[in-house]
Amino acid sequence: MEKGRELLRILATDCGSTTTKAILIEKKGGEYRLVVRGEAPTTVEAPFEDVTRGALNAVREVEELTGRELLDGEKLIYPAKDNRGIDIYVSTSSAGGGLQMMVAGVVKEMTAESAARAALGAGAIVMDVIATNDRRKPHKRIELIRDLRPDMILLSGGIDGGTVSHVVELSETIKAADPKPRFGTGYKLPVIFAGNVDAREAVKERLEDKTALSIVDNLRPVLERENLGPARDAIHELFMEHVMAHAPGYKKLMKWTDVPIMPTPGAVGALIQTIAKKQNINVMGVDIGGATTDIFSVFNGIFNRTVSANLGMSYSVSNVLTEAGMENVLRWVPFSLSRDALGNRVRNKMIRPTTVPMSLMGLKLEQALAREALRLALVQHKEMAVGLKGVQQERTISDAFEQVATGVTLVNMMELDLIVGSGGALSHAPRRVQAALMLIDAFQPVGITRLAVDSIFMMPHLGVLSTVHEKAATEVFDKDCLIRLGTCIAPVGNAPAGKKALELTIGEEIITINSGEMKLIPLAEDEKISAVIKPSKYFDMGEGRGREVAASLRGGVVGIILDCRGRPLALPENEKERFAKLNRWNSALSIYPDAKEE
Amino acid sequence: MAHAYTPGLKVTTNIKLRKERRLPLKGNVVVNIGDKVSAETIVARTELPGDVETLNLAGKLGVMPSELAQFMKKKEGDPIKKGEIIAESSGFFGLFKSQIESPIKGTLETISDITGQLILRAPPMPVEIDAYMDGKVADIIENEGVVVESKVTFVQGIFGIGGEARGIIQPIVNNPKEVVEADLIDESHRGKVLIGGSYVTKEALEKAVRVGVIGIVVGGIGDAVLKEFLGYEIGVAITGNENKGITLIVTEGFGKMNMSPAAFKLLSQHEGDRASINGATQIRAGVLRPEVVVPLEESSEIRKSKDYSKGLEKGELVRIIREPYFGTIGKVVELPPNLENIETESSVRILKVRVEDGKILTIPRANIEIIEA
Repeated sequence: MEKGRELLRILATDCGSTTTKAILIEKKGGEYRLVVRGEAPTTVEAPFEDVTRGALNAVREVEELTGRELLDGEKLIYPAKDNRGIDIYVSTSSAGGGLQMMVAGVVKEMTAESAARAALGAGAIVMDVIATNDRRKPHKRIELIRDLRPDMILLSGGIDGGTVSHVVELSETIKAADPKPRFGTGYKLPVIFAGNVDAREAVKERLEDKTALSIVDNLRPVLERENLGPARDAIHELFMEHVMAHAPGYKKLMKWTDVPIMPTPGAVGALIQTIAKKQNINVMGVDIGGATTDIFSVFNGIFNRTVSANLGMSYSVSNVLTEAGMENVLRWVPFSLSRDALGNRVRNKMIRPTTVPMSLMGLKLEQALAREALRLALVQHKEMAVGLKGVQQERTISDAFEQVATGVTLVNMMELDLIVGSGGALSHAPRRVQAALMLIDAFQPVGITRLAVDSIFMMPHLGVLSTVHEKAATEVFDKDCLIRLGTCIAPVGNAPAGKKALELTIGEEIITINSGEMKLIPLAEDEKISAVIKPSKYFDMGEGRGREVAASLRGGVVGIILDCRGRPLALPENEKERFAKLNRWNSALSIYPDAKEE
Repeated sequence: MAHAYTPGLKVTTNIKLRKERRLPLKGNVVVNIGDKVSAETIVARTELPGDVETLNLAGKLGVMPSELAQFMKKKEGDPIKKGEIIAESSGFFGLFKSQIESPIKGTLETISDITGQLILRAPPMPVEIDAYMDGKVADIIENEGVVVESKVTFVQGIFGIGGEARGIIQPIVNNPKEVVEADLIDESHRGKVLIGGSYVTKEALEKAVRVGVIGIVVGGIGDAVLKEFLGYEIGVAITGNENKGITLIVTEGFGKMNMSPAAFKLLSQHEGDRASINGATQIRAGVLRPEVVVPLEESSEIRKSKDYSKGLEKGELVRIIREPYFGTIGKVVELPPNLENIETESSVRILKVRVEDGKILTIPRANIEIIEA
């Protein structure tokens, strides 16, 4: 990248565990737009064992699709001129299972939880959390570290000037475990210490020889404040220097990119934060993959990310059934299915994870499972995205040490402005309205919430780009990345079926909807309307029961969805009644092609 | 992604199979290239670091951690015996001495003057790996293990439980459609690897464990049967460490499913032969499938396995691997290059398959696997 030069053409890749995706962005008429996307199988594993092969193949597909010349042999051409060359190349990576970390802190609910948030926010999978008060015997902790073989350990603990001995004890545990990294036996395991400044020397003494130790600012310098930035930056740096550098082909790829390679979820998190900040909104992003479901949220400027490691639609689909239970999956299915048949079907998907539903029945079942995976992932996210625990007034650290969890979740669905979904189940749903309803059923948004999907999973590319060129990243995100589904209007409360739920006034027109019903009002993607929503005495749109709210509603490929089924949403236990309700809603929103016949 | 297809499970004979046998940590390889090995031959050894025990010495002596050094009878790195005195406090005027004994045999690893803890480590534990199958050592992976090579009959399953085992092959049904019921199993099946048909009941599995059957290979198993047998539900398909006293290999999937005729025929032909089996399954990147390996005579002819890198071709025998046609076998008759809409309204790459009754089905390419027979 030439310093100071205006970027005309940007190339970005995301090396996923199975597919490497490349996108090309160009500046046209003063704004940045996506030109094309190419993809190729990732080549981290045998027989290629070189990630750059897949990246080059994906870039070649971009060349073929656009007619641009970007490569000279295996070298990227700089700078962009006419139909040749690029100005910057950026990349993310989750190949080889992503970044797997363990975190440790003194108090589980305090420093250890802050450390877990720092690791998750940086894009890691947190394999386990070790804490002085986790009730495990020291030798069990040592065994755990040794067995899990993390890529990196984040050690925190103690506010500045607080406990030293507990932090040192944790460092001694790590030393005794003498952990070996997953990739390559010839290098030391990276350990980041982000705890009490007073413990630095003692930690250094114990870990410097056995590990690749980095010391950064305390991630919880005082009880009342987290300082996760330095720990997250150190994670990104060490991810590149130690973990990725030992994965096949990455040394080469690192030389090609103009900014450091980011872990894929870390990049998505960066983008979600940029969007929330730029538009001054509360955002939630969800990526439902084959093995995991990631949720990112920004509420009132506070960013959180969680990974539900075993909730996914292919490799982990069987675990969704196990964790959700058969009843919870079957409640979304509008036809009779025996428990045996459900169990066999889901386990068959587990052992043949790459298959796709080919009957409508199969699709409905798959989407029922997706609802449950999303619902469970949100439950986990709400538990993790909480205010700081242990910050009551006038307490000493020893008091706080024993206190029970006091953090309240930051996830406030009424204040949520936008949900962005991605991952196969949402992005490739045959009808966009199916993605919208899956998000609504699983997350049960309340008040007014915009819904969108990232149709081609471009958020990682734009996330890493946002770290060097925010304008390009946000322009492409706004115009090409998102497919706006529309807006969901859902009042809180429940009322007997048939009672009026709300009135929606758009200009002269008044639309009334009863409790237990759903309605779809078409409104195109680029349209905005002003409306007044007046809930009945049973319902609340955020201003109190029966109080009206005025809002500007944005359209989408689906439109405005009025959801007056009640919150919390309760489905009838009686099978016949439930089928009837599901089919009525399906029909109101035209979810499936056979909605009317069933 | 033009070559997207699912490579099928291998059901084949007279092939050369190479198996890597690696230690979990670096160690010593104890065989040489070219050595003939049997399945039980130990090929490499190492020692795992011993378990760690912590001892709150400062607490036990009632002293400050920083004072510990003066009470220590042993120093870091010293070997220790169980019951041996490792620290002693002097007490008042030589009275009321506290003596602290080592709770384990091993080494004194660290003494912390900050936490007051001692870390003691038990002696290392020996770990050995065997050759798994009869054959010869084809390669040495320095300090880590070997590659064992053998001419074999090789049948992969789709899902299994239980780890590596060896036993004599014994078909107990007459055709691949038959169910393995408990009354088919008796004492004579001890030490055997039983070849079943379409299904195995929970009672049959339990009886097999009781009589000492080594393994069962069968077409399908019910999700509920597996759950009852294991005592828990399988969440993620990572198996191999179940200690149920038997290795189970499922060749087709969950539910009642006829074993593929090719697999049934091939395994039945090996009645009385010794097989190495493994139920370990990992359905992740770097997939691991369960398997039955039957080593063959050296002199038998090696068959070249087909090159599947070119992808799918017309005339290929395939199995449908998704409901509503799960398990149906047919021949590819058409491979349209363009995406087509299917019943779900998804636009996917499809193929057309002529199945047994002559009907032609349109199936997403992701939902078939090539039968590599």
